[in-house]
Amino acid sequence: MSKMRWLNIVVVLMMVLVGAVAVQAQDDVVELRMTWYSDGNEGEVMRDLLDRFEAENPDIVVVIDEVAYSTGILENLPIQLAAGEGPDIARVTDLGGLSEYYLDIGPLVEDPQYYEDNFGPFLTWLRPPGNTDGIFGIQNQLTVTGPFINRTLFEQAGVEVPSDVSDEVTWEEWAEAASAVAEATGTTAMAMDRSGHRLAGPAISLGAQYFDADGNPVIAGDEGFRSMAQLMIDWHENGIMSPEIWVGNAGQYAAANEQFVNGELVFYMSGSWQIGQFDNLIGDAFDWEAVPNPCGPGGCTGMPGGAATVAINQTEHPEEVARVIDFLAAEENLREFHERTLFIPAHAGIASSGLDFQTDNPLAAAALNQFSLAATQLSPIAVDLQAYPFNRVVFDSTRDRLTQAIVGELTLDEAIERMQQDIDEALAAVSE
Amino acid sequence: MSQMDAAGASSTTIEPIRVKQRFSPGRFIGEIAVEIFSFVMNTIEIVVGPLQRLIGLERMPYFFLLPNMLIFGIFVLFPMVLNFFYAFTGGTELFLRDRPYVGSANLARLFDCQNFLNPNSCNQDIFWRAIRNSVTYVAFDVGGIVIFALITALILNRNIRGRGFFRSVFFYPVLLSPVVIGLIWKWVIQTDGILNGMLNLFGGDPIDFRRSAAWMRFWVVFVSVWAQMGFYTLILLAGLQSIPRELYEAGEIDGTTKLRGFWHITLPLLKPTMLVVLVLSLIRAVQVFDHVFVLTGGGPGSATTFIVQYIFDTGFSNQIKQFGLAAAASLVLGSVLLVLTLMQLRVGNRGDDAA
Repeated sequence: MSKMRWLNIVVVLMMVLVGAVAVQAQDDVVELRMTWYSDGNEGEVMRDLLDRFEAENPDIVVVIDEVAYSTGILENLPIQLAAGEGPDIARVTDLGGLSEYYLDIGPLVEDPQYYEDNFGPFLTWLRPPGNTDGIFGIQNQLTVTGPFINRTLFEQAGVEVPSDVSDEVTWEEWAEAASAVAEATGTTAMAMDRSGHRLAGPAISLGAQYFDADGNPVIAGDEGFRSMAQLMIDWHENGIMSPEIWVGNAGQYAAANEQFVNGELVFYMSGSWQIGQFDNLIGDAFDWEAVPNPCGPGGCTGMPGGAATVAINQTEHPEEVARVIDFLAAEENLREFHERTLFIPAHAGIASSGLDFQTDNPLAAAALNQFSLAATQLSPIAVDLQAYPFNRVVFDSTRDRLTQAIVGELTLDEAIERMQQDIDEALAAVSE
Repeated sequence: MSQMDAAGASSTTIEPIRVKQRFSPGRFIGEIAVEIFSFVMNTIEIVVGPLQRLIGLERMPYFFLLPNMLIFGIFVLFPMVLNFFYAFTGGTELFLRDRPYVGSANLARLFDCQNFLNPNSCNQDIFWRAIRNSVTYVAFDVGGIVIFALITALILNRNIRGRGFFRSVFFYPVLLSPVVIGLIWKWVIQTDGILNGMLNLFGGDPIDFRRSAAWMRFWVVFVSVWAQMGFYTLILLAGLQSIPRELYEAGEIDGTTKLRGFWHITLPLLKPTMLVVLVLSLIRAVQVFDHVFVLTGGGPGSATTFIVQYIFDTGFSNQIKQFGLAAAASLVLGSVLLVLTLMQLRVGNRGDDAA
């Protein structure tokens, strides 16, 4: 056999060998899929953290599947999970509603007590009914609902900001002041995210109970809820509330970010997750600020909420998933995540030691402080409602039925009756 | 003659003429394509040849239909059968085996109504609002499509300048995805959209389209007619061009006016084509969902919520996914579509008979 021929054989064998080694090496690396959505820069920050994790743990690769919040997280993820086709890790906001699909990583993490000490009350939000000690993930975003105002518009209109003169401003006072500003400046007075969750804080402030004595969700006969619903109808009728959000959209969540960012809105009921976006998009174009939640007979509360990064029990790599979450939960990594995303921490240690939020904008820093304060002023009803596993049934029905009342398809009494029916029928389906 | 030829051939040798061909890439690719095609056909022949001998030539069409039927069975027929069974189950589990049998409870819930004309008196009020909305939508949408497609086809059938260009212009929206169509028109009609910008430019007040049920009902029909008209115009245009010109010439000789010609020649002869357009647009209108969902989300309130959106919301969008109820509503929709399809088949058969 000629020299050339031998050379050819050797080259081919080497190629086969290299290929086999590459395949083997690939087999040794575990790939985890993480379903994620972003409101701001949290996807980038998470990627940076995971890059660091992968450098320290070359046997694990985490692929982030970035999806849209409404369709990806609220609609498709539950179907994927029910079909057994879920990811290994997911960022979820329907915290208790998906708890049957969470993996208890308690036995797999290095120090379960660390989770109990730092995420204690928020671990219960992720636990399925009856579970008292499971660790299913980390609450790495605590949100609180509350209003933002465009202070520049108040100044231009020469109207005093109600919260400058009183610690407890009612919804009616805010509506009156915002209307005066809107009239003087040719803007829209108020907007609220189209969400039953956003409505709940104001309703609880006006005395809504949401639950009966047995802990069942009840809307019918709840006078506090009715008062808030009536206010919403009146505000839409009077043109105080922007029709674009609740009336102009149907069947889904809608936000008024664009109107507020464009300086067209005086008062915007939303929540702390908007701070990062406002910081980026508004900058110093006008003075915006977060103000305390308006008050009523039930207090001055917003709604807690947020997102958790959870382990999914359909994973084939539970140990690797636990290692990823352990890394993300570590105080230094979580601190960086919060400081860069401007998210309020749920981690007790980080919250108590304070954060150096990465913003030069004093408006953003002030808003973060305001929402951090609001997090300590939550009504117990608000906390219970957030912890209730089927709270989205309540939120979605109140949102859609109230819209029908606003546009005149139903009277308020009929709308409330339908809300109760929707909730009862959905819960009956769960127990079938 | 043949002997002479034979003698000549034996005495002289004729050299074949060699034409020196230049390399042509097109010819080269063509030859390779022919080789590949021959290879594929010969390979198929290895299977098809013995099969044809085994089952006979007359049964071979079924063999060629098999792949299509298989896909149809898996992706259409099987889900339909599955949907039928889901309609009789309750609970929230995804897999049929885990779901409890509830008999006709889901259908009973849908039809639990004191007065079918008043959705508020029905247990599933949104379902009946969706039915009412769908009936209204179908009437205006189909009517709009047939009338405007006919007018457009009549104009484009005339010998006007730029006829090809206009045909393309009217057909272009048909190529767009319904989601894109919904988004484009959403930008046009939103409060600070293009339309209000133009109104403002000409001194008018902006109109809050998205707040008004009447306006949004108009827009969903308008957008649908805009998007689909081109397709039906082409069908009608084909129908118009198949009408013999002699009939019009004979009419002209008899002094028939253009309007009379339209009523007594064009319309009667275009009737079979118009029936096809009517039934096809009817089926599509009953199934309406995508562009409306993007454009209005079903609102304001439930003013533009149609049956398919009710099914989608009940089965997929809500936190508690009531697949059984959604499947029961699908059965109702399926029944309506079955009737319409039978109508279409009957119309098609009548056309064949007439031919």
